[in-house]
Amino acid sequence: MAYAYFDHAAAAPLLPEAREAMLPFLGEEFGNPASLHSFGDKPRAALDGARAQVAALINAQPDNIVFTASASEANNLAIKGLALSRKAKGRNIVVSAIEHVSVLEPLKSLGVEGFDITEVPVDADGTVHPDKLAAAIKTDTILVSVMHANYEVGTIQKVKELAAVARRFRIPFHSDGTAAVGRIPVDVVGLDVDAYSFPAMSVYGPKGAAALYLKRGTRISSLIEGGFQEKNRRAGTENVAAIAGFGAAAAVAKAKLPEWSANLTKLARRIFKELPEKLEHIVFTGSMSSRIPGHVSVVVEFVEGEAMLLSLDDEGIAAASGSSCSAKTLKASHVLLAMGLPHTKAQSSLVLTLGKDSTDEDVTHFLDKLPPITQRLRQMSPLYARLQKGEDPYALKPGDECADEHEHEADEL
Amino acid sequence: MYSEKVMEHFRNPRNVGEIENADGVGEIGNPVCGDMMTFYVTIRDGILTDVKFKTFGCGAAIAVSSMVSEMAKGKTIEEAMKITNADVAKELGGLPPNKLHCSNLGADALHKAIENHLAKKPATGEKGCRCPFCDTPVEGSSICVPCKAQGKK
Repeated sequence: MAYAYFDHAAAAPLLPEAREAMLPFLGEEFGNPASLHSFGDKPRAALDGARAQVAALINAQPDNIVFTASASEANNLAIKGLALSRKAKGRNIVVSAIEHVSVLEPLKSLGVEGFDITEVPVDADGTVHPDKLAAAIKTDTILVSVMHANYEVGTIQKVKELAAVARRFRIPFHSDGTAAVGRIPVDVVGLDVDAYSFPAMSVYGPKGAAALYLKRGTRISSLIEGGFQEKNRRAGTENVAAIAGFGAAAAVAKAKLPEWSANLTKLARRIFKELPEKLEHIVFTGSMSSRIPGHVSVVVEFVEGEAMLLSLDDEGIAAASGSSCSAKTLKASHVLLAMGLPHTKAQSSLVLTLGKDSTDEDVTHFLDKLPPITQRLRQMSPLYARLQKGEDPYALKPGDECADEHEHEADEL
Repeated sequence: MYSEKVMEHFRNPRNVGEIENADGVGEIGNPVCGDMMTFYVTIRDGILTDVKFKTFGCGAAIAVSSMVSEMAKGKTIEEAMKITNADVAKELGGLPPNKLHCSNLGADALHKAIENHLAKKPATGEKGCRCPFCDTPVEGSSICVPCKAQGKK
């Protein structure tokens, strides 16, 4: 059966070069990189090599890289670690309203400890404006974090300008690069950021490895204590195999990025052009001019996201959605809501993240299958029935809301 | 994530559609929540001779609607009113815990459609009074004996 894997934001296939680099450390080279005896030699050399390769990918120095187990951990370390190390200077943290939960949730914990959080709004295409950021900064702001690109709507932020605003106020600037690395060139020196996180998966490396770049001289409190690893910034014996795979993947990505991006841009452009010719009542979300290659986010009106995903899966197509039903939390995407999309439309979101191996055939398969799937679901939809009768499909009755109920249910999980 | 039976009903839902001039219409949920179900019933001599639905919602919501329509069709009003959301989930071979509340509202929508029908009926007709729960003719009391025995009032 024809299939198309369009959910690279969730997981990406491992590069053969990464797998090869990992294998010795899943076998005979089991040693601890911290050991004095010879069993530690190759693992240590692998760590050093990977650190240099990962640093080179983003124009950093090896010393700037802290390895973690995931981008979520890197974001947690950046947010909590930077905030805690600077708490004597102030208690305010400024972030965009569309950050990943691995930035937003640590902020909630910090809120309990007396920090206050300011969210900078985004415009309708998900862009954070530098003047809005400047306006949000307070006298006791100690950290700013704005992601490089949004995983859900694909919008690339003006990180260089945003970081310059923070620099003007002498506040450290962190950026979550998960959706950007491996898709656009990243130069942390050129962007002039103080901290930058991304996972190995962004460059087709393995799960279990990620990096936090810290500019030289950036002080950070460790979250995992009890060892000297990663220069006391992250205790625990390193996941040598995953990190070795990360390094190899970063080296491949550095060489192949232009080729990968050109293919992704071409394929996504086909979807942007051809889908509206085949399907009515769809709205693309996110910026069209400043967008990561191979990312398509679209609202397919009058059908619910999870129902679309299940139907697409029956056709071998893997995608994602920001609808509340498809989320384990049962909450609609905070990203789409922050962009001003009503709940009713956020329920109909479809997110496609193509990858380096995606082909024209994959795109054709998707373009062939989504219209009949949508047609079938719309024939079942009372909202579409309203539209056909000339009524307002999204008309609400008094009391039509359920955010509290969903939060309550999520608590029970 | 879903049982085979849920997926089978999601892929081939029974009784999708609307009934023109339906005897009763019941709607539950709203598009803000992500789940909305509208049920239509035709009732002849106290029996649900036709049940149709339209649903906006996740896979579970569509499967639940389909299953409810199948369970209710051909039943008496009394029997249909006894179908619970839990019965529907059980018939479907279970639902994921996080879907039990938000998507499993089919029986409620069906009951609303039946109640809508009963509310439309005049209190007295040619055949005299009828029980509001099961539509059987009654004398004296406004609720029939079986419904009263179930504690309905």
